[in-house]
Amino acid sequence: MNNIIKGKKFNWELVVGIEVHAQISSNSKLFSSSPTKFGSTPNSQVSLVDAAMPGMLPVINEFCITQAIKTGLGLKAKINNKSIFDRKNYFYADLPQGYQISQYKHPIVGEGKVEIDLPDGQSKKIRIIRLHLEQDAGKSLHDQSPNKTYVDLNRSGIALMEIVSEPDLSSAEEAAIYINKLRTILRYLNTCDGNMQEGSLRADVNISVKKTGEKNGTRCEVKNLNSIKFIKQAINYEAKRQIDILEDGGNIEQNTLLFDSKLGITKMMRNKEEAHDYRYFPDPDLLPLEIEDKFISDIKNTIPELPDEKKQRYIDQYKLTKYDSSILISEKDTSEYFEKILISNQELKNHTKIISNWIISELFAYLKKDDKQIKQSPVSPENLGKLILLIVNNTISGKIAKEVFEEMYVNKSDPQSIIENQNLTQVTDTKEINKIIEKVLQNNQDKLSEYKNGKNKLFGFFVGQVMKNSNGKANPKIVNELLKEKLN
Amino acid sequence: MDFKSIKEIKTHLLKRKISIFELNEFFIDKIKKSKINAFIFFDEDLIRKRCKELDSIKNDLPLKGIPIGVKDLFCTKGIKTTAGSKILQNFVPTYESFVTNKLNNSGSVMIGKTNLDEFAMGSSTTTSYYGDTINPIATDKNLVPGGSSGGSAAAVSANLCLGATGTDTGGSIRQPASFCGVVGIKPTYGLCSRWGIIAFASSLDQAGIFSNNVEDASILLKEIAGYDKNDSTSSDITIPNYFKKINENIEGKVIGIPKEYDLPNIPDEIKIVWEKARKKLEKGGAKIINISLKHTKYALPTYYIIAPAEASSNLARYDGVRYGYRSKSQNNLEEMYESTRSEGFGNEVKRRILIGTYVLSAGYYDAYYIKAQKVRKLISNDFNDAFKECDAILTPTTPSPAFQIGQKEDDPIKMYLNDIFTVPASLAGIPGISIPFGKSKDNLPLGIQILSKHFNEQVLFDLGLFLEKNNE
Repeated sequence: MNNIIKGKKFNWELVVGIEVHAQISSNSKLFSSSPTKFGSTPNSQVSLVDAAMPGMLPVINEFCITQAIKTGLGLKAKINNKSIFDRKNYFYADLPQGYQISQYKHPIVGEGKVEIDLPDGQSKKIRIIRLHLEQDAGKSLHDQSPNKTYVDLNRSGIALMEIVSEPDLSSAEEAAIYINKLRTILRYLNTCDGNMQEGSLRADVNISVKKTGEKNGTRCEVKNLNSIKFIKQAINYEAKRQIDILEDGGNIEQNTLLFDSKLGITKMMRNKEEAHDYRYFPDPDLLPLEIEDKFISDIKNTIPELPDEKKQRYIDQYKLTKYDSSILISEKDTSEYFEKILISNQELKNHTKIISNWIISELFAYLKKDDKQIKQSPVSPENLGKLILLIVNNTISGKIAKEVFEEMYVNKSDPQSIIENQNLTQVTDTKEINKIIEKVLQNNQDKLSEYKNGKNKLFGFFVGQVMKNSNGKANPKIVNELLKEKLN
Repeated sequence: MDFKSIKEIKTHLLKRKISIFELNEFFIDKIKKSKINAFIFFDEDLIRKRCKELDSIKNDLPLKGIPIGVKDLFCTKGIKTTAGSKILQNFVPTYESFVTNKLNNSGSVMIGKTNLDEFAMGSSTTTSYYGDTINPIATDKNLVPGGSSGGSAAAVSANLCLGATGTDTGGSIRQPASFCGVVGIKPTYGLCSRWGIIAFASSLDQAGIFSNNVEDASILLKEIAGYDKNDSTSSDITIPNYFKKINENIEGKVIGIPKEYDLPNIPDEIKIVWEKARKKLEKGGAKIINISLKHTKYALPTYYIIAPAEASSNLARYDGVRYGYRSKSQNNLEEMYESTRSEGFGNEVKRRILIGTYVLSAGYYDAYYIKAQKVRKLISNDFNDAFKECDAILTPTTPSPAFQIGQKEDDPIKMYLNDIFTVPASLAGIPGISIPFGKSKDNLPLGIQILSKHFNEQVLFDLGLFLEKNNE
């Protein structure tokens, strides 16, 4: 894909790497048994360990380890048999221990990769450097009082996976596709709910620019972005800012930035000199984490079909296009919906293209209008399957089907009953259709003679009139055939 | 009736020659009359309440009614726990440490919380915010009891309780035991849970016991040892009945004498006692061999890198935000940290936080911390190799008898040299015991140290009992 950015003087390329902080789906924290429910009363999910009371010790939560390994396998990454928890030391009011337990030199997961599909149909491999485990901090609440700061430790100690990519991304769009893809994988694996609004997925984005053919420039890191929209905005803003500085003969300083989402600009958080010395060292309260191959292979056996494999299967087995397949697999819930339709009736396996169309065009349009997720769809997969069967066996026309669908969506009802109640069954009886044709031709003598004089375009008019007179119930294919016979 | 042996008092209690109340009143009275400042916390009503509670329990318990001092580094539920620091002056835990919980379940009476060097950093019990503890051996001489568990050592020595808990990071049990003339055992790292013990240096901290004699130590250690799933570094092993198995017949035991501990500047009185102990053991049928622990001379600098490094991080939680002391002068968060920690910590703690922060800093980490870890491994290997040849190692516990309060205050290096014989075993995580043996030329108690391989505390008790019986 061509990602050249034209500056005033030169052509530039964008170099982007992303560190994603993904909250592990787990009922308890990384080193304590406190619950992790989002939105609970402040400081109601805090154990003695989370509050760093004197003499308290962390104990590793095995489930979180399993989740990290599972994610690593989903990223086609190497799982390290030995990893080490380190302390990252710094002072902040919402960091009770005065250090964060993280993994520095020896992460649990090593190199992996994520394949992304670009809009031009190409695929691109984004290399993953590592995935490591760490604790989240609490939250400082500055807006509760004019002269006080309150601290909520509910989030303190919640397990995060930090997933670090190589700077393989070349545009804001690619970054967005990457985040989406990563989120899809995490959701397929059930290792992170990917909910960016609740902060379950946050990103630090490293951005630099370079002239084509030259080596990477100095990068800036934009911290803590919590939506794909902001990620794109921040990247585009930074690209422009850096290019402007460089074209004016300036230098980029390696700074840490924050994104102001109201103004859509990045702001300085700290420069290189102000960078913390975190004084990482192995946490003496925790032994090195040693994982046996058997443990890893047991987890491997629980890994579901992942998006890439599923997409290929849809293409091979269901003869869907790459485009349709990508859309159906892009959300785990969508693919589940699609597959539920398929298993609801054997016959439907032969109509995957129609099913896919109905999901992608009709269902998505309705859901989008109501801002609903596919899981909340009023039309169940079974009912959509029934509707499609009614179309393919010519019980109703495609046009009627759309009306029926609306009814199904609004009233959550079954298509068969709607058709029966409203007498919408398609007319396939040639006698009956011929009757209508006769009537239409009689009422439109003028058009008929025009047609006979060579105005062929009017054929469509007659089809339309017949359909209208049948209240849309006439089978369009039969209408076409019969009209042709009559007129020629 | 002599109140110096748990074994005997247990018999008296069972035969009803004395009641739990009488026993504990005896100690309450002694503590009230005592002037050595061994305790930070002491509440006689609480003790009487506990006695009542124990009296109502029908069945026997291993330590039923036995008064035990607890170093004020162990968190005790509902009872102020200070770590000897101003920063925790009003801290009352809502939880009970694993070790003291075990002691409570064994029926012991928590007689009081004993004084210590602030956050267990020191060899004198003079860095405590709650005043110096005076060595009861010769109160007129104004000597230190050693440290950091000086309050516990002094309390047992002054017969203010029948045993006490301590913690040992680089010698904090063995050195004060030696200075106060009592038995002190630091078990293998991982034998006792660290849960609920205020951390100094996590990879070295280990709970242990002070007692009047070896048998009592063997009884008490069993009651505090054991696996705890809440401490990832605790070992899941079966705890032997040390007391039942104790055997003073040492025939055939091989004892190693490490030549590296024979330092030129060690006073003769120490060397003489060491030699005497060696001869006694030989007479008792043990085989004495010379061994080498090559990296001994690096142990002290290694310790004074690793322990402060861990401490600098462990003590970061005392920030005035959630509990403990918070300074009044606080215009912003940074100022609150600065003034809270400046006012809340004493000089020795600050010194070690500074050293620890320095050795972990970018640019120094490899030269100090990483190198220290490598040397630690070498020291550990030395011991592993030595224990292929011998069952135990015999050394002096300290390079001197108890010194005067204030004597080494202005020279931290001199103070740190106190740990020279105790630190190597701490770095290796192996167990060590200090047994009162011999006297200095000024008639002060001295201690002899016995070390063994991991989890072989039994041999320490066996040899310790032999030396105890053959002390003159």
